[in-house]
Amino acid sequence: MVLTSFGRYLLMLKGMFSKPENWRMYWKQFMLQCSDIGIRSLGIVIIISLFIGGVSTVQTAYQLVSPIIPKATIAQVVRDSMILEFAPTITCIVLAGVVGSKIASELGNMRVSEQIDALEIMGINTKGYLILPKIAASLLTIPMLVVLSMFLGIWAGEIAGIVSGIISERDFMQGLVQGFRPYIVFFALVKAYTFAFIIASISSYFGYYVKGGALEIGRASTKAVVISCIFILLADYALAALLLT
Amino acid sequence: MIELIGVYKGFEGKDVLQDISAVMEAGKTNLIIGTSGSGKTVLMKCMVGLFEIDKGEILYNKSDFFSMTDKEKKVIRQEIGMLFQGTALFDSMTVEQNVMFPLQMFSNMSYRERIKRVNFCLDRVNLKDTNKKYPAEISGGMKKRVGIARSIVLNPKYLFCDEPNSGLDPQTSMVIDKLIHELTVEYNITTVINTHDMNSVMEIGDNILYLYQGHKQWEGSSKDIIYSKDEKLNSFIFASEFLQEAKRMRQMDMEGKQLPPR
Repeated sequence: MVLTSFGRYLLMLKGMFSKPENWRMYWKQFMLQCSDIGIRSLGIVIIISLFIGGVSTVQTAYQLVSPIIPKATIAQVVRDSMILEFAPTITCIVLAGVVGSKIASELGNMRVSEQIDALEIMGINTKGYLILPKIAASLLTIPMLVVLSMFLGIWAGEIAGIVSGIISERDFMQGLVQGFRPYIVFFALVKAYTFAFIIASISSYFGYYVKGGALEIGRASTKAVVISCIFILLADYALAALLLT
Repeated sequence: MIELIGVYKGFEGKDVLQDISAVMEAGKTNLIIGTSGSGKTVLMKCMVGLFEIDKGEILYNKSDFFSMTDKEKKVIRQEIGMLFQGTALFDSMTVEQNVMFPLQMFSNMSYRERIKRVNFCLDRVNLKDTNKKYPAEISGGMKKRVGIARSIVLNPKYLFCDEPNSGLDPQTSMVIDKLIHELTVEYNITTVINTHDMNSVMEIGDNILYLYQGHKQWEGSSKDIIYSKDEKLNSFIFASEFLQEAKRMRQMDMEGKQLPPR
């Protein structure tokens, strides 16, 4: 059962690659998906990043009670946790819910209402026209959202620290540059690309192969989110083990 | 012309279609009729290539569809128009965008030419002032017409209609039937219709294929049906007393006998 599904998933990915019937229409579809996946998720990404950044400053300060630990360490912890874990992983788990359910329900609805069959009969490669732009748009916009989340989280951490009197602006800025390794940004981007692919491809798979009616679309949508989240967490561990040890 | 030669199709070991052979002629409305579960929709989906057949051949102008390369299949598919039971209109697009979609995908027309062609097709199916409306904003009958307009926009050689009258009132059903028949004759299209509607059978059935439990039970025209002695066909077509009476009246009419006064 699992092997059959995995095989079908691989065949779906293989099926996306054929010469487009019309480049302009594929480009239009790609831009539409960029707007749907990227711009429409902007609000939620901004909100969660601001709060995660703010909360991590307050909680880190609460745990670093020793007077021998310099205040700048708070900024270092906030920076590293935002870049390494919160921005890529938490943002992508939230996006798996927002974007993943949208992709699965959109494709599921198209399948159930025979819109995919209509495209097939017209001679259009539906995997290429419907799924490839979604995956490509996710690979472009989700890492951008992750980078945005890093900046916003760190900025919100600074503001929260200053407003609550935990740390001065000078200390925070000093902590931000102290011991900074650019490699962690590279690592975070590798995670972002991997998670973006997981979210878009798994959700597309569950939506594209829906059978039945409205109830099954809901189930497929839930399954898409749950399975994407599990694979994000597995990939998170695997990448950390591979690239950080 | 489409020819079916010994078509078999099954799912999970159960035969749904068994040894179906038939000829669907150009310029004629070819009807596939049968009870629910008799294999009509499966046969139509096999004909348009959505399902692969287990055995047999489906010939489009003497070329077997399932032996074609992907490129050849794509060419044939661009010559196919299909009206779905649920219309399958793209709900994120307006009526105009729905009809224009195949043109955008497959033609090199300029925007002005495309609009002209879309308006011509919408006009041909008697739809006006609906260009900017979304499918959710129009009635079932209008959706069917948009579906027809979309399926004829690329001048198809083959038109497939799956239950074109489902969910429509009798009057609108007749309008849709008439429209499909007119288009078939006007553009010499090979039209294949899946239907349950007895009015369609009697009014526009040039060739009728009756499926019973997955095999071909009867084949003929709407005139032949009146005199058919096939019990299964008669009990399916003339199921009610009203329809049996209508059959008698039609027989008398065809034989030139005087009809009883109304």
